[in-house]
Amino acid sequence: MSIWEYANPVKFMRTSGAALPWVVAGAAVCTVTGLVWGFLTPEDYRQGSTVKIVFLHVPAAMMAINIWVMMLVASLIWLIRRHHVSALAAKAAAPIGAVMTLIGLITGAVWGQPMWGTWWEWDPRLTSFLILLLFYIGYIALWSAVEDPDSAADLTGVLCLVGSVFALLSRYAVFFWNQGLHQGASLSVQPGERMSAVYRYPLYLTMLGFGLLFLALLLIRTRTEIRRRRLAALQAREMRA
Amino acid sequence: MSLLAVHDLAVARGGLRTVEGVSFAIDAGQALILRGPNGIGKTTLLRTVAGLQPAVTGRIEMPEDAVAYAAHADGLKGALTVAENLGFWADVFGGGEVDQALTAMDLTPLADRPAAALSAGQKRRLGLARLVVSRRPLWILDEPTVSLDAASVMRFADMVRGHLAQGGAALIATHIDLGLDAQVLDLTPYRARATPAARPAGFNEAFA
Amino acid sequence: MIALLGRDLRLAVRAGGGFGLGVAFFLILCALVPFGVGPDTAALQPIAAGILWLGALLACLLSLDRIFALDHEDGSLDLLATSPLPLEGAVAVKALAHWITTGLPLIVAAPLFGILLHLPPAAIPALLGSLLLGTPALSMLGAFGAAVTVGLRRGGLLLSLLVLPLYIPTLIFGTEMIRRGQEGGDMGPPLLFLAGITAGVLAVIPFAAAAALRVNLR
Repeated sequence: MSIWEYANPVKFMRTSGAALPWVVAGAAVCTVTGLVWGFLTPEDYRQGSTVKIVFLHVPAAMMAINIWVMMLVASLIWLIRRHHVSALAAKAAAPIGAVMTLIGLITGAVWGQPMWGTWWEWDPRLTSFLILLLFYIGYIALWSAVEDPDSAADLTGVLCLVGSVFALLSRYAVFFWNQGLHQGASLSVQPGERMSAVYRYPLYLTMLGFGLLFLALLLIRTRTEIRRRRLAALQAREMRA
Repeated sequence: MSLLAVHDLAVARGGLRTVEGVSFAIDAGQALILRGPNGIGKTTLLRTVAGLQPAVTGRIEMPEDAVAYAAHADGLKGALTVAENLGFWADVFGGGEVDQALTAMDLTPLADRPAAALSAGQKRRLGLARLVVSRRPLWILDEPTVSLDAASVMRFADMVRGHLAQGGAALIATHIDLGLDAQVLDLTPYRARATPAARPAGFNEAFA
Repeated sequence: MIALLGRDLRLAVRAGGGFGLGVAFFLILCALVPFGVGPDTAALQPIAAGILWLGALLACLLSLDRIFALDHEDGSLDLLATSPLPLEGAVAVKALAHWITTGLPLIVAAPLFGILLHLPPAAIPALLGSLLLGTPALSMLGAFGAAVTVGLRRGGLLLSLLVLPLYIPTLIFGTEMIRRGQEGGDMGPPLLFLAGITAGVLAVIPFAAAAALRVNLR
C-alpha cells in the first residue's frame, strides 16, 4: 500500500472521516491541558505574569511557519504528481496559516507592550511575520480570484514556490535591515539559553496541541473543499449534458 | 508522409472531456475540415493540436515547429501599420515575404494604413495573411471566414489551395463550404461520454 | 526576439504613455512628499532615499498589467506561444521592454528628483547604482505577477498584492545602499546582495512566468 492511495478522493474521505474524531479529541485535550497547566505556572522573576503569553505565542508562530512549509510540499506534490487532493489541502491550509500568523502577531504585540513599552516595533522577527502574512493574503486572494480550479491550483502552486524563496530572502534581508529587540529562540538546543523546565513542558504540550488543532482544521476544511468540488463537478456535468 | 497524425485523442475544456477517441491523419497537400455542433469542442481540439493546451490522452505526431495557428483574435496591434504588423510576425517566424502575403489577401493598397483604421473584414484578411509569412506547413484555422465577404472568402480559399499545392496542409474548423477538395470529419460521434475516467482531465472529473 | 523588443518599444512610443507616464508619476510623488512631511532639509534628507525607491517601485507597478494583458486580449500571446520563440524568451524580452520604457527613464530622472528631496550630491552615485542594479529585478518580478494574473478580471489590484511583497528584499538593499552612500559607509554588502537578487531573479523567474502564462493560455 502506498501513501499515494490517499490521493484518491474517495479513499481520502473514508480515512480522514475515521481519523477526524480522534484528531479533534487529541487537539482539544492537549491544547486545553497545556494552556491550563501553562496558566498555573509560577511567574517569571523578570517578566512577571506576562510570560504566560508564550503558551499561545510560540505554538502559533511555529505553526505559522510550518503551515507554509506544508503548503509548499502540497503544492510541489500537485505540480509534480497532479494529485487533486493535495492541491485542495494546500488551499485549505492557507487561511489557517494566515490566522496563526495573526495570532502570533497579536499575542506578540500584547506581550511587547509591557516588555518593550510599545505595541509594535520594526523588529526583524515581527517584520518577517508581517511579510509572511502578506504572502498568505496574496496566496488566498489568488485562489479566490481564478475561476477555473485547475488553473487556480497551478498558478497558486507556482506562486507558493516563488513566494517561499522570497519569504526566506525577505527574512534575511530584514535581519540585515534592522537588529531587533526580540529575544532569541524560545527553545534553543544550547544549554543555558533554554527556558526552565517549569515552562518548557506545558509549552511542548501546547505545541503538540496546536499541531493537532491544525491537523483537525485541515482535515475538516479539505473535506469541505472536496465536497464543494464534487458539487461543482456534478453541476458542470449536468450543464454539459 | 503525413504532416499531422492524431491517435485516440481526448481533449478537455473546463476540466471535462469534450471529445474522445479522435484519430485522423493529414498528408502534405491535404486539408481536413472539422464539423460539429457548437460546444462539441472544435476550438479545444484545435488548440490542443496547436500545442496551446495539453491533451488528456492520446498522441499527436507532427514535425517540430510545423504549426501556424489562426483563431478568432488576429493578434494585431492597432498602432502599427498593416505592413509593420505582418513584418513583425515574419521576423518572429523566421522571415517570409511580406509583399507576397499582402498580395495574396489583396491588402497591398492598405499596407501603410494603421491596423486600427481597418474594418473587421480587413483585419481578418490581415490575420490570415500572417499565415503566409509564417512559412509553416500546417495551418490550423478556427472559423477563418468570420466577417469576410463572399469575394474575400473566394480569395482565402485560393490562398489555402495555393498552400496545399505547395505541399502544405490545413486543419480547418468551419461551418461554410469553402469549395476546397477536402476530407470532412464530423466530431458528433466522438462526444465524450460521462463515464468515470482512469485519468481525470481536471478537478471536475476527479471529483465527479 | 529583437523583433519582439522592437515591436514593444514601438508600441510604447506610438500608443503614448509608455515612456512619459511613469516618470510623470514619479515627479508627482516627489512633489507631494514635501507637502506631507514639511519642506525642511532636516525632514526630507533622511527619507529621500526611501521616497525615491518607493517612487520608482510604484511607478514601475503602474505599467505592469500592460506587459501581457494587451497581447492576451488581441490574441498575440497565443500566436507567440505557437511561434519558434521560446515563451521564456518572450517573457524575458517583454520584461526588458518594460524596463527600457519604465525603469530606464526613472533612473535618468532620479538624480533630478533627488535634488528636489535634498538628497546630498555625494549619494547620487549610490542612487544611480542601486536603481541600475535593482530595477531590472522589479520589471522581471512584475512580469511574473502579470503572467499569473493575465486572464483575470480585476487583476490589477491582485497584481499589486502579489508583486509588492516580492519587492521587499530589493527595496531593503536598494535604500540601504543609498543610505550608506550618503553617510560614506561601506556600500559593498548591500550592493552585492542587490546584484545577487537581480541576477537570481533574471535567471529563474522567466521560467516561472512562462509556466504561469502556459496555464493561463490553455
